[in-house]
Amino acid sequence: MNFKDEFLGTWTLLKKELLRFWRVVFQTVAAPVITAVLYLLIFSHVLANHVKVYDNVNYTAFLIPGLIMMSLLQNAFANSSSSLIQSKVMGNIVFILLTPITYLQFFIAFLIASIVRGVFVGTCIYLFALLFVDLPMLHPWIIFGFAMIGGGLLGTFGIIAGIWSNRFDQMAAFQNFVIMPLSFLSGVFYSIHSLPPFWQKLSQLNPFFYMIDGFRYGFFGQSDVAPLLSLSIVAAFFIVLASITLGMLKSGYKLRG
Amino acid sequence: MKKAIVFNKVKKNFGKLEALKGIDLTIDEGEFFALLGPNGAGKSTLINILAGLMKSTSGSVKVMGHDVTSDYQNARRSLGIVPQELVFDPFFNVREMLRFQAGYFGKGRENDDWIDEVIEGLDLQDKANTNMRMLSGGMKRRALIAQALVHKPPVIVLDEPTAGVDVELRKKLWQFIKKLNQKGHTIVLTTHYLEEAETLCSRVAMMDQGKVVALDKTRNLLKRFSAKNLNLRLDLKGKKIPASIQRLIQKTDQNFITFLLKEIVEVEFIIGELKKSKIAILDMELTNSDLENVFLKLTGSKK
Repeated sequence: MNFKDEFLGTWTLLKKELLRFWRVVFQTVAAPVITAVLYLLIFSHVLANHVKVYDNVNYTAFLIPGLIMMSLLQNAFANSSSSLIQSKVMGNIVFILLTPITYLQFFIAFLIASIVRGVFVGTCIYLFALLFVDLPMLHPWIIFGFAMIGGGLLGTFGIIAGIWSNRFDQMAAFQNFVIMPLSFLSGVFYSIHSLPPFWQKLSQLNPFFYMIDGFRYGFFGQSDVAPLLSLSIVAAFFIVLASITLGMLKSGYKLRG
Repeated sequence: MKKAIVFNKVKKNFGKLEALKGIDLTIDEGEFFALLGPNGAGKSTLINILAGLMKSTSGSVKVMGHDVTSDYQNARRSLGIVPQELVFDPFFNVREMLRFQAGYFGKGRENDDWIDEVIEGLDLQDKANTNMRMLSGGMKRRALIAQALVHKPPVIVLDEPTAGVDVELRKKLWQFIKKLNQKGHTIVLTTHYLEEAETLCSRVAMMDQGKVVALDKTRNLLKRFSAKNLNLRLDLKGKKIPASIQRLIQKTDQNFITFLLKEIVEVEFIIGELKKSKIAILDMELTNSDLENVFLKLTGSKK
């Protein structure tokens, strides 16, 4: 295999993964965007006068970056995990396993597809949100950086979940017992400074908190934790999960008997 | 002659179960080869190790000189596998699937003419833009074969390709596969339809309980185990077949009882014994032994 062949192989797998979610765009994009917009409408209406966040930032504006990042992360996870579990259950994963695609090509294609879907959903929510509130964007590169690494981290976690799960209910357990609690306890709807000390400490163990906090800094220039620290912690999580994923793919864990 | 596939002392254990007990097998380039055996013989395990879908416990496998583990990329480029199960990706149509499959092997738009040729050869023109979900079982089987061919592999392995396929389609598939073999592709076939192996394949390996129990040219195997079958339709009317000839019975179905003959003189003996027991013969035919007989003799199993 030369470089051109390997590039084309990776590109083909990426294109297939992108087309896969695009074919069911109502389920993969429209549904999470509508969910996020409903969260925005309801929570901003109910909590606007009850939750104290940053100075000079109104609650609706505060809510939007958190909702964007939460949806981005959930959809990045959903993309790689659902593609893999479907392919495994239906048996069509063999079409990839029979080819000269390396474990690294496999990882890159699934990773990029997850980031693209997450960022696409996030962008749609952002555009919708502009209808409701004027949102500043003080540090666009920080927003971009957290979107990439957050999408990458959850896309990688999705690959692990997809490979590990043998059935749809096992995958649902990942969604319901890991992704959802981590999303909702990450400071999407509040600043952790408003929490009692114990819950503040607990929140600091949640990687979602750092992704959302750093992402929010990109918009307002304010955060609970220094953005560089958040980025370092998220990068460390990514390196650990990527190493585990590459190890699983290289050994053929649950893919090659 | 160059070797297309070499299995060297391949063993596979699943816990305490020895699924493959040291398979040594070489298939030459250009051969039309059959791998036969009952369920659980180890055929699919062997194919999965060849395809890289499973790892052997010990031993090595090479495809066109490339080791399936250490040089897996070149080994897989040389190999087209048609899986046994009717698997498909429900998101795409036939042509999209074929383009994706070619792309995984590093083949782009320059390969489209070959994809058209494969589509035509397998009579899939009308279904090329149809979603895989909407295809009938037979059409899905053709699409699977097309997928295995898109990167022009020199070695093609078909794992039970005609299971559940109607007679007409089966004929068409074999015509297409035969053409590929004539063009120089090595074909390896696993099948339950022994008559297919008998008519198509120049050489046969028979597997049983993880071992190769026979390996020879098809005609040599048939000659080596030459025997004749005497098929009789009898008017039993509640009578029993005499014990003296019961040992010769190979199989019984609704209409015929088949006796396996080592020597032709046994015909006289069987008819004599039936006469003695006053069992009338309604119909009779004498046929040559086939691979099924050979297989039953080798594995010592009865239908």
